[in-house]
Amino acid sequence: MIPKLQVKDLSYSYHTMDGETEALSDISFEVSAGEFLAVVGPSGCGKSTLLSLICGLIKPDSGEVLLDGHSVSGVEAGIGYMLQKDHLFEWRTIFSNAALGLEIQKKLTNEGKKRVSDLLSVYGLESFADSRPSELSGGMRQRAALIRTLALQPDLLLLDEPFSALDYQTRLSVCDDISTIIRGRKKTAVLITHDLSEAVSVADRILILTRRPGRIKGILTMDFADKSLSPLKRRNCPEFSKYFNEVWRILEQPGGVL
Amino acid sequence: MKTQITLAQQEFVARQKKRRRLVGVGRIFLLAAILALWEASARLGLINDFIFSSPSRIGLCFYGMALDGSIFLHTGITILETLLSFFLVVLLGIVGAVLLWSSRTVSEILDPYLVMLNSLPKSALAPILIVWLGNNMKTIIVAAVSVAVFGSILTLHNGFTSVDPDQVKLIYSLGGNRFDVLKKVLLPGSVPLIISNMKVNIGLCLVGVIIGEFLSAQAGLGYLIIYGSQVFKRAHKHIFSKRECFIC
Ligand SMILES: Nc1ncnc2c1ncn2[C@@H]1O[C@H](COP(=O)(O)OP(=O)(O)OP(=O)(O)O)[C@@H](O)[C@H]1O
Ligand SMILES: [Mg+2]
Repeated sequence: MIPKLQVKDLSYSYHTMDGETEALSDISFEVSAGEFLAVVGPSGCGKSTLLSLICGLIKPDSGEVLLDGHSVSGVEAGIGYMLQKDHLFEWRTIFSNAALGLEIQKKLTNEGKKRVSDLLSVYGLESFADSRPSELSGGMRQRAALIRTLALQPDLLLLDEPFSALDYQTRLSVCDDISTIIRGRKKTAVLITHDLSEAVSVADRILILTRRPGRIKGILTMDFADKSLSPLKRRNCPEFSKYFNEVWRILEQPGGVL
Repeated sequence: MKTQITLAQQEFVARQKKRRRLVGVGRIFLLAAILALWEASARLGLINDFIFSSPSRIGLCFYGMALDGSIFLHTGITILETLLSFFLVVLLGIVGAVLLWSSRTVSEILDPYLVMLNSLPKSALAPILIVWLGNNMKTIIVAAVSVAVFGSILTLHNGFTSVDPDQVKLIYSLGGNRFDVLKKVLLPGSVPLIISNMKVNIGLCLVGVIIGEFLSAQAGLGYLIIYGSQVFKRAHKHIFSKRECFIC
């Protein structure tokens, strides 16, 4: 079976007048359909760059990204990218914010509108459809941003630290919410996070990157006895601290590439 | 979301309303106080009422001109010219800023020239305009537009370029192109800036129109001010300056 996403020998450098910044070097991995991959690594190691490359927002210097076996060139319809901040536009209502992607892709048909309203009501925002983003709590805004991404019906979701703007408690519950939503819809997802416990609690596998330029330091499979546990429940499992320590150990290893 | 209005909310609304009334009353009171002070000092000879005129003389003069209708003609022409040049400035400002935004290279080439044109004393251009366009309303409007348009382009372009790059990235990640960035982020996000820019522009346009009328006009408030100062009828001049304030 062809993996949902294949990343092959990806390298990327940023160029500015002050010089060249090598952000990523020789990254290769695969994500199969329905899998949830978390990516962790030190700040500035090129995690956001990796997502921009997968999504087709920037072109790699070398290597390639394959979605369903096809090379990604330009922004791909099957990929939904959720940025670190929600970027809901204050001059739009929640509904029209959630429908922004459909509007841009000229898919705002009656069916599209209905899909957005359905998503809003499923995720408990229907009474806020006509509100402005500033009237919503952080967690609700994050859900609205997720709906904006889901409305385009992507198969692959790229999540760039989507919970980092939330306070700890909201963060736990929104993370639980969103990962349940994504798993419920059988989407494939790549999640970037700073928070190791978050990575262990949501992911099927964890990709660990080195300091800049980011290389793969290790890939760890989370093998929980009960596959269907929600992130919050996983935190209480005996395996949880084992994997946490394992990820920690790999991250702390000096320089070496596994 | 509508909820039942609580006592605290009612109190809050009442306090805000009271404050707003106070602001209104305060403004009127201040105007009355200034007028009274002016009139009194003219009557008591503290200021020379030949040069500074006085509210009552202005009132009389206004009454006279209102009777023969001339004040309405002149005011109307000035308002018309101001509005016309204002709309032109807003339009040209937005179009110019969008064009500058669409090419970074072009905008960097043009930037020093725009700054220069903006700081050029426009009244110095007026004689050229008269020779070029003739002694008519076209000249006045071009003069007024030239006062405001360059600053307007610079301000709006500056606003466009300082938009959050992540918002732009969002549009691209949703499959949009540069035109979508313009339509969905730049223009709607700049509405507050455009409005505040319009407030500045209406004033600048009026200044530009009056300058234009000083130099080449058969009608309008600027023409009356020049006419008034030539016949040294100070009351004239004051009344028109006042009218200008009210138009704003
Ligand atoms: N537009 C840019 N121009 C130049 N250098 C950049 C640019 N964007 C990122 N970089 C550099 O590339 C490196 C990787 O950036 P990236 O944003 O991918 O890191 P990250 O892993 O997402 O960091 P964080 O965890 O802090 O979000 C950083 O060191 C940064 O300095
Ligand atoms: Mg990042």
